Amino acid sequence: MEWEVVIGLETHVQLQTQSKIFSGASTAFGAEPNTQACVVSLAMPGVLPVLNKQAVQCAIRFGLAIDAEIANRSVFARKNYFYPDLPKGYQISQYELPVVGKGHINIQVGSGEQAYEKNIRITRAHLEEDAGKSVHGAQQGMSGIDLNRAGTPLLEIVTEPDMRSAAEAVAYAKKLHELVQWIGICDGNMQEGSFRCDVNVSVRRKGEEKLGTRREIKNLNSFKFMQQAIEYETRWQIETLEDGGKIQQATVLFNPDTGETRAMRSKEEANDYRYFPDPDLLPLAISADDIDAVKQHMPELPEAMKQRFQSQYALPDYDANMLTSSRAVADYFVAVVAAGADAKLASNWVMGNVAAKLNLEEKSIAASPINPTQLAELIKRIQDGTISNNAAKQVFEAMWNGEGEVDSIIEAKGLKQVSDSGAIEAIVDEVLAANDAMIQEYKSGKDKAFNALVGQVMKASKGKANPAQVNEILKKKLS
Amino acid sequence: MSLNSQDIKRIAHLARIEVNDDEAQATLNKLTGIMALIEEMQAVNTEGIAPMSHSQDVTQRLREDQVTETNQRELYQSIAPSVEDGLYLVPKVIE
Amino acid sequence: MINKSLKQLGEMLQTKQISSVELTQTYLDRIAQLNPEMNAFITVDPDKSLAQAKQADAMIATGKTTALTGIPIAQKDIFVAQGWRTTCASKMLENFIGPYDATVIQQFNQAGAVNLGKTNMDEFAMGSSNETSYFGKVQNPWDRSRVPGGSSGGSAAAVAARLCAAATGTDTGGSIRQPASLCGLSGLKPTYGLASRYGMIAFASSLDQAGPMARSCEDMALMMNVMVGYDERDSTSLNHPKEDYTRELGKPLNGLKIGLPKEYFSEGLDNNVATIVQAAIDEYRKLGAEIVDISLPNTRLSIPVYYVLAPAEASSNLSRYDGVRYGHRAKQYGDLMDMYCKTRAEGFGAEVKRRILIGTYVLSAGYYDAYYLQAQKIRRLIAQDFENAFKQCDVIMGPTAPSTAFKIGEKADDPISMYLQDIYTIAVNLAGLPGMSVPAGFSNNLPVGLQIIGNYFDEARMLNVGHAYQQVTDWHNRMPEGIA
Repeated sequence: MEWEVVIGLETHVQLQTQSKIFSGASTAFGAEPNTQACVVSLAMPGVLPVLNKQAVQCAIRFGLAIDAEIANRSVFARKNYFYPDLPKGYQISQYELPVVGKGHINIQVGSGEQAYEKNIRITRAHLEEDAGKSVHGAQQGMSGIDLNRAGTPLLEIVTEPDMRSAAEAVAYAKKLHELVQWIGICDGNMQEGSFRCDVNVSVRRKGEEKLGTRREIKNLNSFKFMQQAIEYETRWQIETLEDGGKIQQATVLFNPDTGETRAMRSKEEANDYRYFPDPDLLPLAISADDIDAVKQHMPELPEAMKQRFQSQYALPDYDANMLTSSRAVADYFVAVVAAGADAKLASNWVMGNVAAKLNLEEKSIAASPINPTQLAELIKRIQDGTISNNAAKQVFEAMWNGEGEVDSIIEAKGLKQVSDSGAIEAIVDEVLAANDAMIQEYKSGKDKAFNALVGQVMKASKGKANPAQVNEILKKKLS
Repeated sequence: MSLNSQDIKRIAHLARIEVNDDEAQATLNKLTGIMALIEEMQAVNTEGIAPMSHSQDVTQRLREDQVTETNQRELYQSIAPSVEDGLYLVPKVIE
Repeated sequence: MINKSLKQLGEMLQTKQISSVELTQTYLDRIAQLNPEMNAFITVDPDKSLAQAKQADAMIATGKTTALTGIPIAQKDIFVAQGWRTTCASKMLENFIGPYDATVIQQFNQAGAVNLGKTNMDEFAMGSSNETSYFGKVQNPWDRSRVPGGSSGGSAAAVAARLCAAATGTDTGGSIRQPASLCGLSGLKPTYGLASRYGMIAFASSLDQAGPMARSCEDMALMMNVMVGYDERDSTSLNHPKEDYTRELGKPLNGLKIGLPKEYFSEGLDNNVATIVQAAIDEYRKLGAEIVDISLPNTRLSIPVYYVLAPAEASSNLSRYDGVRYGHRAKQYGDLMDMYCKTRAEGFGAEVKRRILIGTYVLSAGYYDAYYLQAQKIRRLIAQDFENAFKQCDVIMGPTAPSTAFKIGEKADDPISMYLQDIYTIAVNLAGLPGMSVPAGFSNNLPVGLQIIGNYFDEARMLNVGHAYQQVTDWHNRMPEGIA
């Protein structure tokens, strides 16, 4: 019998705010320990929480982006448990009435022939506060607590158990990662913990309806680790079951060094969080006007932009998809087109040479040495026949390496196409005179011979002859 | 519902309060009476009654997203039981 | 001097008949003399108080004053005050020096009042006799073998013994009104949300409310003018327009409708207390008020509802005392779990632990609906009782407490009979209404309080209702023996 893995994700997204969710302490990353821990962050006796408006607006943005219902009344609740990085002994979260209800996110999985789309259902998204951090090794047998992060606003986004492979889970996580950056609610910095995933994994025999017992892999902050962790966990669960064992519900951690997961010791005892509405906070009311106000500042969403690219620029589905896979790429592409480049050529260049270079140098598009205007200038030189496609690649290389602007590079490298028909005719004549055999082949019906002749002409012109003209002149002379 | 001293120990553990057997027994005796008092609520029909948490029908006020706090670590840590290099020290946290 | 009202003291200060430093010193001397036995104050810091008094004198010299400038006020030790030890009467916070000012403290500071010291109370405000304080019991100035009530017992004893001109209290289930009743003074718990809870160490967040404790309603009105105000740092604070709480004082009571709930005069009420309260009602009749009989049918449920809600909220509010960032940490412990459990076992007293356990239990898995949610629903029924009652009357009157001050130790081992002390006061907190106690006479030389409950935001009228009575009676001016 074949096994099936069932995966659901809970993602903690740090919201882009200046100050914490319930206090005026800074959320900036990397400060000295506890220098951004105010009396509220420290849970001093008597202090009280007041909700950050920006955090609420981020939640509304997300709700709009996933086509979800935004609760006109949501409630903050206390999740009670003891942990040294949780200063109040409870986390302020949302339980029964979250701010964002059911929504969905479409993902593309795989590439090429095997690529497929899938709709992942979002169960809910709720606002909550982050905890601090434990620093180990401060002193023998002791941990040090840094509460700078305590109170940083989070949006916890929960999916239905809709994913059936590590690839799907990673595709979802990447799509979500892009989306939250696209709508400007998260900086997406996974190294700094701005985007952290808990992955619920269970396995069952194919065809079975009942879900297996799940184990939750906590705090994955890289897509590579997520892939590895899910694959390991899936294998482990299947092997355990096939060996006649049982899966115990557990919270596990992934160790990137060993590639294995192991149960967390601190979570061994069953938790009883004693949720109840936080009496220090009132119900959060969000009116239709509040939602409209946020809508006004919403950027165009990827799906809408994709459709626009298809209709406005007549781009194929594949191009539109790729170009809207990230806000930065989409913005770059739009800027190239706005600077006068042909849309399809711009798309080819952005997805092709630009993407390849960025990949190779592990750079983001924002750090590209060639800005959209420069790329548009290059494309325009192809469009107006100044240079050939091949020559353009050389110009691109040179521009990337900072050798100057498009025209000066073309000039310096002598890459200008020969479009003077007299000059081309002369070369064609030379080539025809020296290749009688090929002419005969062509005339006897072998089309390949024509291409060979074009090649000879191009070679003789050192690649500078305008290929379209070469074709035209050759055809005329051979007819 | 009746409590026993094991329940008391379980609850005390949830609340992170150490109790020995004698204390658990003594607490049980007092809590039993109080819980009986509380049980009077169960006879009340509250169908259709909305729970009340604030006397006025008010909603949450939102704060502008501004940093208003400055670093006061020295002052705040002057009353801490154990600190080193700006960190609060606790027995090792095991994950 | 010690029998002067806040208004009189204010006039003496402004006309420079006395300086704030002199006045403060007078009270500090009285505290030094009487407090060692009475134990009304946990912390006195003469240097700090006198420094504030000096500043007040400077303010007076420049003419920039308020009604309370230069007047020493005792602060319940539940209000965090910067640089002051703030203990909440718990071993847990025995050495806690306030790192910031509570809003209430800030308001008095801004008014130029002098912080005279931090008064004793039941630990974390959990109690009705001040016997749960880690810093020891407080004596009732009217009978030193009796309790002052609680939880604001130190404040009540301090005002009654003329150790201060007035004091602050907090009231979660009766903690201002019951000690005011037992010590023969006036105490007011405002509408929930009028006084800021920021910096007031939380017991039960949805019920806690700060208020004044003083000898007269007129004094309380001056205190209210300082203590009430919208606070952006407290989400539950109400953005209610600023009022002058003295504005109604002196208006006649003709036509005032007083509701008497039959449930407040039933079994459990001491006969003498009942007689005295009736006599006070008769006095109101003479003042032109009309008496109507009303019913608050869910009164008896207020005790179980309260003993679910308050411990539930408290169990969570007190989780922050874990020995990590401030407060007590056990000397000896093994691992982290052991540190938590020992720290909290040592740092909290028996009553606090009991309530944490009740609260933890009623919130634990499977019980939330049956207890917490059910209690929140009955809470609405209780509030509706009052809503209906206020259709028939302007204010509600009855006893504040079922009896006069009891003997120290008398109820210490019987939590339920202690909890019943608050039978007439708790419903007011549950409904979020303002409630007040004013001295109405004596039973066997022990003070008896009359409770006056008003509708939301009706404090100004309530203060006048109390004031009118205090114009025709002198119970509030009586002074205990042996404190002169």
